[in-house]
Amino acid sequence: MPDAHAPSGIEFSFTDTMKMVQSLARDFAVSEIRPVVVKYDESQEFPFDLVRKMGELGFMGILFPDEYGGAGFGYLEYVVILEELSKIDPSIGLIVAAHNSLCTNHIYRFGNTSQKKEYLPGLCTGRTVGAWALTEPGSGSDAGAMRSTVRREADAFILNGSKAFCTNGSVAGTAVVMAVTDPSKAKKGISAFILEKGMQGFFPSKKENKLGMRASDTSSLTFDNVRIPRGNLLGEEGSGFRQALTILDGGRISIAALALGIAQGALGASVKYSREREQFGKPIGEFQAIQWKLADMATEIEAARLLTLKAAFLKDRGNEVVLESSMAKYYASEAAARATSEAVQIHGGYGFIKEFPVEKLYRDVKLTTIGEGTSEIQKLIIARELLKTF
Amino acid sequence: MNIVVCVNHVPDTETKVKVGPDGKSIDKAGVNYMLSPYDESAVEECLRLKEKNGGQVTAISLGGDANKETLRKVYAMGVDKAILLKDEAPRDSYGVAKALADVIKELSPDVVFFGKQSIDYDDAQVGGLVAEMLGLPSVSVVVKLEIDNGNVRAQREIEGGHETVETRLPAVFTAQKGLNEPRYPSLRGIMQAKSKAIEERVPEPVPPQVEVVAMRKPTAKGAGRIVGTDASAVTELVRLLHEEAKVI
Repeated sequence: MPDAHAPSGIEFSFTDTMKMVQSLARDFAVSEIRPVVVKYDESQEFPFDLVRKMGELGFMGILFPDEYGGAGFGYLEYVVILEELSKIDPSIGLIVAAHNSLCTNHIYRFGNTSQKKEYLPGLCTGRTVGAWALTEPGSGSDAGAMRSTVRREADAFILNGSKAFCTNGSVAGTAVVMAVTDPSKAKKGISAFILEKGMQGFFPSKKENKLGMRASDTSSLTFDNVRIPRGNLLGEEGSGFRQALTILDGGRISIAALALGIAQGALGASVKYSREREQFGKPIGEFQAIQWKLADMATEIEAARLLTLKAAFLKDRGNEVVLESSMAKYYASEAAARATSEAVQIHGGYGFIKEFPVEKLYRDVKLTTIGEGTSEIQKLIIARELLKTF
Repeated sequence: MNIVVCVNHVPDTETKVKVGPDGKSIDKAGVNYMLSPYDESAVEECLRLKEKNGGQVTAISLGGDANKETLRKVYAMGVDKAILLKDEAPRDSYGVAKALADVIKELSPDVVFFGKQSIDYDDAQVGGLVAEMLGLPSVSVVVKLEIDNGNVRAQREIEGGHETVETRLPAVFTAQKGLNEPRYPSLRGIMQAKSKAIEERVPEPVPPQVEVVAMRKPTAKGAGRIVGTDASAVTELVRLLHEEAKVI
């Protein structure tokens, strides 16, 4: 008999499908990604072979319907996958995140039918890698101050300018690019376009040499009189900035999930090390100094997971998640930064060398407090939402 | 080609198994379950046979509702039909084989596949028993399989080497690891598996032929011994391995 006093309306357990998705992502990460983590981190090459395999399994089209070759899942499953991939290698998680929730999602959400038919099948199966370009050398947090401009000709738009720190930038076959179409209208004069690799005047200029997330490609893009067909405008002219903000709501859930994976990976490694490493005649896990660190890490990770899954759950329901996704991104990334720092500390000298996984997680995590809106911007968004509500 | 694969839902290899309060069964609390790894190889081989020869693959699992998780997984890998023989009561190998054989007989398949053993009770009996009950040839511990026009050539693992055998379909096979590299279920497969029906049947009860009277964990291994840390320890180590452990 069901308990009449059992709580209803809040469910903390994974569905069977989520468990299957989780076990698939975990098996893939352990068997396929783990053996090549160091190789890609050191060479800073883009892991085309892993992307091809992930494409076959559906990881490059998690959020999109079957008719476009996607898997048809929601943000809950997406978070589960990103966490599992990022536990082993966050830079692989980042490739999947930028591809799914930024580029592909932008075309899916704001593209017309013919744009979706043209671009989504290649993206959803991973045959084409997607990039999304908002940030410029002179405009990061202040995204509206972008300088890339578009001038209209009879049959096309002509794009000039550049973008910076674009994830998947130099390997992408398809890129969504925001640029100014009407400088007199400020943010309302920004539009979004679909660019293809090989368009004349469109080329990646500089691949960045990074602190972490080194298997993920981060590049500048240069636009020199790129002729964009009229059919490649996404949505209405002037709606690009608003579209970008909507896309970033989902993007923040991605980064929260990445951070969650990093933190969980750091905790797992720390628990293992605390059991194995002996000092003063006993495992270091028996010392309270270590126990307190583990307890803090685990508690913060659990809080981060609940925030992230709640944002994903609401997004899947079609709710606005500006507040929830910002809270999740802010908290999860800061908690992950603390967790990786403590993980290195627990490992002592062994945390400082590359033979243990926490050294890399400690470098990778920093992206999560910066990318897709810094922690400071998240706090700004959270406060604005609060002041608007109350 | 009409193919049947029998799959078992077993405790995850990372689970720390504890003996339950009755002293005869495992404590199921907190245990995660998975598709038995040898059965996973069996499923993969069946899917490859289907892809090569056409036909359909039916997966059968005996157990409770929890086994649906494993049946969903094999659906996601690509099997066409799943049957749950619903019986929560413990059965010995004979009872398991009888329940499976009754259903398999009805399906009259060309190929029946098992893992060489389930990694829970490790009896390694069910495949052979089912073959006997159905009056079919049985090839166990298969590492390579070629089927051409009903003619079977199989390589099986034997102590220290391989043996090649020939037979005719219909036949029963049990898979050894290394027979193939099992595929990952795809996300689309998982999505489609959600809406596929699992047929449920209740098998006839069978009186047990073997009764479990006690179950215990192996005695904990003693701590290792460090014989020495320099070259002089080698002679002593060899002596101990020879005289005390008697392994060389």
